[in-house]
Amino acid sequence: MDVRRTMRGFSQVPLLGWLVAAFISVVIEIQWGTPLAQALGLPKIPVLFGVVLALKQPHLLPGAVVYLLLVYGLPIALIARLGAGIANQAAGALLRLPLWVSAAVHLGLFYAALELWSGLSDYRDLVLRFTLIAVMVTLSLNVINGYMGEFSCSHPGFMAVGAYAASVLSVDLFTKHRVFGEALLPPALGPFLFPLVLIIAGLVAAVSALVVAIPSFRTRGDYLAIISLAFMFIIKSLIENLEIVGGARGLGGQPDWAGLSTVFLWTVACVWAINNFVRSTLGKALNAVRDNETAATAMTVDTRYTKIVGFLFAAFWAGVAGGLFAHVLRYVNPGTFGIQKLAEVLAMVYFGGLNSVYGSIVGAVGISLLGEALRPLEIFKWIIIPLLLILVMIYRPTGLVAFKEFDPKAVLRPKNGPERERDALPRG
Amino acid sequence: MPFLEVEHVTHQFGGLRAVHDYNLAIEPGHIRGLIGPNGAGKTTIFNLITGIYNPTEGNVRLDGTRINGLAPHRIASMGIGRTFQNLLLWRHMNVLDHVKMAHFSRIRYGLLGAVLGTPRRHREEREIEDKARTLLEMLDIGHLAGQAVTNLPYGAQRRVEMARALATEPKLLLLDEPTAGMNPDELVQIMEIIRRVHRELNLAIFLIEHRMRFVMELCERIQTLVFGEVIAEGTPEEIQNDPKVIEAYLGSGNE
Ligand SMILES: Nc1ncnc2c1ncn2[C@@H]1O[C@H](COP(=O)(O)OP(=O)(O)OP(=O)(O)O)[C@@H](O)[C@H]1O
Ligand SMILES: [Mg+2]
Repeated sequence: MDVRRTMRGFSQVPLLGWLVAAFISVVIEIQWGTPLAQALGLPKIPVLFGVVLALKQPHLLPGAVVYLLLVYGLPIALIARLGAGIANQAAGALLRLPLWVSAAVHLGLFYAALELWSGLSDYRDLVLRFTLIAVMVTLSLNVINGYMGEFSCSHPGFMAVGAYAASVLSVDLFTKHRVFGEALLPPALGPFLFPLVLIIAGLVAAVSALVVAIPSFRTRGDYLAIISLAFMFIIKSLIENLEIVGGARGLGGQPDWAGLSTVFLWTVACVWAINNFVRSTLGKALNAVRDNETAATAMTVDTRYTKIVGFLFAAFWAGVAGGLFAHVLRYVNPGTFGIQKLAEVLAMVYFGGLNSVYGSIVGAVGISLLGEALRPLEIFKWIIIPLLLILVMIYRPTGLVAFKEFDPKAVLRPKNGPERERDALPRG
Repeated sequence: MPFLEVEHVTHQFGGLRAVHDYNLAIEPGHIRGLIGPNGAGKTTIFNLITGIYNPTEGNVRLDGTRINGLAPHRIASMGIGRTFQNLLLWRHMNVLDHVKMAHFSRIRYGLLGAVLGTPRRHREEREIEDKARTLLEMLDIGHLAGQAVTNLPYGAQRRVEMARALATEPKLLLLDEPTAGMNPDELVQIMEIIRRVHRELNLAIFLIEHRMRFVMELCERIQTLVFGEVIAEGTPEEIQNDPKVIEAYLGSGNE
């Protein structure tokens, strides 16, 4: 009974409350994290919620769990629960302003927490940026494999195209390079033109996606899986044989433009754009085509156009993500964009949940953390992740959080009293 | 001039001749019926008109223009709406979205509008939604707008299909066995709805039915199809009294 009441209390905490609580607990970690870790017998603060310790130094796990409880669990629970009233009032006041104001406040708070959190360790910072990029890749693949209900394997290929397109542009235009020569534009302009570089990278990826889309969506039938798989391998060997971009050795020297704020902003843009698309009638045509193509055509839906547009749109975001990826690592090689990448992205999509923004976030974050935890296993990681994927497909074929619409207004809404009842009413 | 003309249409499935030398002319605003035993080729005729199949021989004309060979979505946006005998709904979409979807060909905001959430997108979506809700009200299912279609009773699902077909703003509505699986109450309601839709939207309707009472009451003219060929055509009285129809169809145990 008491437990139920406590849980009901937590269900009344709005997102704003959780974010403030998270922010404060990060501040607590900055202040007292290191001495606390030492007191618990840990060599340093557990950088990734202890997941890295699980296989490497399991004897430290109990200490890490206590640390997490003291630094994150308890403070977050207390602040969120006790501050729920104020947080609800604040969230309500924000919602009376234009939606973007409320969104900006929430995102700003979230970003501040992430920035401080990742500032404590370079490893955190790197994992965080790769995870955000994974969210972009996963969500964009979800457009094809979830919302459209096809099975595409070409996403690593689109990432590769985007990564190389962005790298060539930024290295050639803004840096002095062994092959490409002097910088063509003043390097100081670089960071400002970087968004343009990424957009071009996305467009190049989208154009390359035509090579897959045109033959695959001409007639009915399951050609997409095989054509897209071939595409991925062709792109990889094409780059391996392209000496001007370094061939199999790869291409380095990308400027340091993809810091956390840049990656964060692009991830937000990607989620926002894709969510806008899939919630419009134009985007829902993907669902109609997936659920019944005959009915879709009879209701005036141009199914081929719909599939091609959805596919190219997804490829665009994979390309942008690839461009960011290259600038986070500041080095790319074709080996990165092979079958392992594919397995990882597919695992994220199917584990998280089809046809769902929440699902893609859960999948990308979950599998990224798991990947870090399993890192000591090296090659065996690539047995465990596909195994997990198979298990998910057997027991929960559509994934953890599938077919759930992401409505920003509902997410930002206060969670007390009458507002909660409005949640339960049908949309309209 | 007839809105729809089907001229000498024949269709083969491999060796099977499903429809042979079929002719039809529908004037604007008329209600026509098509009856015939199972497997006679009725649904195939709908599929030939809507472009799902391309006839082996013959022509289909809409307002005088030949439409056979056009893609089904083109034909649909030219003014032919239809329902399906075996309910083809989109299982992950709610009722309102079904009806909104049928406005696809009239959406003008484009990919960029959808992605950026432009004012134009919001205006168009609102217009589509208003129209969709009006149609749902007309079919007495306004209260189901937010429901998932898979949870609805059979009769309601049939109405969703009809609302969706009407949202394409057709001049001709094809109904493939609109009463299949319905109980007598639902039957009376659906008949009333078809009459209302016909009156208020001023459509031509062409319907396939097995229940004789239903066809006889609604249709001005009826064709009887047996093994892909029309064996009789005329007013409900003429059809009811035609010895060939009685022998081939009414006598075969079909209600
Ligand atoms: N796609 C197809 N391929 C091969 N044969 C088909 C196909 N569609 C229909 N047929 C055959 O064509 C004939 C006519 O079928 P159709 O579905 O048009 O009959 P119907 O008059 O609608 O029957 P019912 O009253 O059972 O709905 C049947 O013999 C059927 O088996
Ligand atoms: Mg039939």
